[in-house]
Amino acid sequence: MIDIALRCLTIRRPDVSLRALRVWQRNRDVYLRLWKSEVIWPVVDPLITLLALGIGLGGLVELGDNREYVDFIAPGLLAIWPMWAAAGECGWGSFFRMENHRTFEAIVATPVSIEDVITGEILWGATRALISATYILVIIAAFGTVDSPLAVLILPLAVLPGIMFASIALCYTSIARSISSLNYFFAVFITPQFWLGGVFFPLDRLPEWAQRAAWFIPVTHVVNIYRGLTSGDVEWSHLGDIAWMLVVTAIFYTIAVLSMRRRLVQ
Amino acid sequence: MSDIIHAHELVKRYGTFTAVDGVSFSVRAGECFGFLGANGAGKTTTIRMITCVSPVTSGELTVDGLDVRRDPRRIKAALGVVPQENNLDPDLSVRQNLRVYGRYFDLEPRLVEERIDESLALFQLTEKQNDRIDSLSSGLKRRLTIARSLINAPRIMVLDEPTTGLDPQARHLVWQKLRYLRSQGVTMLLTTHYMDEAAHLCDRIVIIHQGKIIVGGSPGGLVERFGGREVVEIHMGDAERGALMERLAAAEGLMVEEVEDIVYVYVLEGDGIDPSALKLEGSKVVYRQANLEDVFLRLTGRGLTE
Repeated sequence: MIDIALRCLTIRRPDVSLRALRVWQRNRDVYLRLWKSEVIWPVVDPLITLLALGIGLGGLVELGDNREYVDFIAPGLLAIWPMWAAAGECGWGSFFRMENHRTFEAIVATPVSIEDVITGEILWGATRALISATYILVIIAAFGTVDSPLAVLILPLAVLPGIMFASIALCYTSIARSISSLNYFFAVFITPQFWLGGVFFPLDRLPEWAQRAAWFIPVTHVVNIYRGLTSGDVEWSHLGDIAWMLVVTAIFYTIAVLSMRRRLVQ
Repeated sequence: MSDIIHAHELVKRYGTFTAVDGVSFSVRAGECFGFLGANGAGKTTTIRMITCVSPVTSGELTVDGLDVRRDPRRIKAALGVVPQENNLDPDLSVRQNLRVYGRYFDLEPRLVEERIDESLALFQLTEKQNDRIDSLSSGLKRRLTIARSLINAPRIMVLDEPTTGLDPQARHLVWQKLRYLRSQGVTMLLTTHYMDEAAHLCDRIVIIHQGKIIVGGSPGGLVERFGGREVVEIHMGDAERGALMERLAAAEGLMVEEVEDIVYVYVLEGDGIDPSALKLEGSKVVYRQANLEDVFLRLTGRGLTE
């Protein structure tokens, strides 16, 4: 009896190793092969947002404290477009690799475990976020919206929200039945964060209850930190934002591993 | 002990459905061992347990002396797996597919490049090494999938229906390569529902039916035991059968089976009966040697299982 219980335990324990990097390398190789078609969106999307909303609409907006609207939204773009990059990669990208290309199935026939595959996918999602954040940082710096050299810290830091959004997306992917059911994830979880996460207007414009609710939206914490780093107004509360992200990342990473394993190990 | 794969009372359940129902078998080092069964018989499920991708419900299963529950990574490092459906990476070229796959085994890049050249040459894919996967025919994809499974120089190859869906030329090429690999000392475990494939490649086979092994032995031995020496197929309508059936019933050393519009007469070994002396008549009469398909159909029945 005890023997059987122990055996069950040895099967259930998550088995993550450095071989996760092999999965990351696989995705990198594909990216490098297809880079010409991959490179366009992460540059064009934020550039257009900056022009249309920052410069175009921004000319009509009075923030009341002598700040330009384009300066206000620029750091937020560093949060929301990489969020899209990570979520898109671990949403549509991972689903496609899992179901259509059967890539995961091929990988787990080798000494790579399913937990390694999931971890590698999330790390790759975070890398896509980092690539996107790098482009955007260069673009918004060229627009003269970066006031502090602390802004370079955004690049190493961008890995954390990258892992967070990749993990959240993979949780949903693990229960998605078809590629079109991922639409719900993007419509219900990603798009609202995009518009309502404090990027395009200050959250204190919202009613009290909505401000409290916004605290639970992951992207608001990313926006807080990036505003601080691009303007140089770094506060202790930013450590709280980081702690919040670490907790959310740990929770969703664990759920992603367990839920994916439930789906794929049968 | 030269058993390289050993299963004892192996069971796999999905909820209330029992896919593999207490099978026991041993594969000896260096042999080619075949699982024969209809679709849904439990072949692939057994394979998935051996390759450590599907957890064992109960029973024992060791591969190369290692327990599948405890050492999945070490077992997988020693296996070359050819899945039933090609799962090549369509985002990568032919050569990149092999390179990326070799990296999953943590092999040295230089060694991988050497093995890629060898595998590509063996399967006559060198010319295609920079092609896209989508541009390959199904036969080429199959060859590449097998070439891929050789990257870690496996001691054991596990092939799930290696030639299903291939044209005769491609099938024979695959067979030829598999025979070559066997001659190099690689142990092979394969599933198939092609009886000629099993007869051609396997030293020993087991027939698996509804999750259970119902019989095992060498292909020739099984034919002798269950199919007899010769088979006569008499195509004949129900109405005209009466006299013939009476005559056959009177003869000794025969096994008679009626299936739809055909009467099968199995002439058993060593009874000295000359089937042509029976002067069997019908709209069409075929005299042929018994084969593994006769054994399979006799033992598993002629009804569809799915």
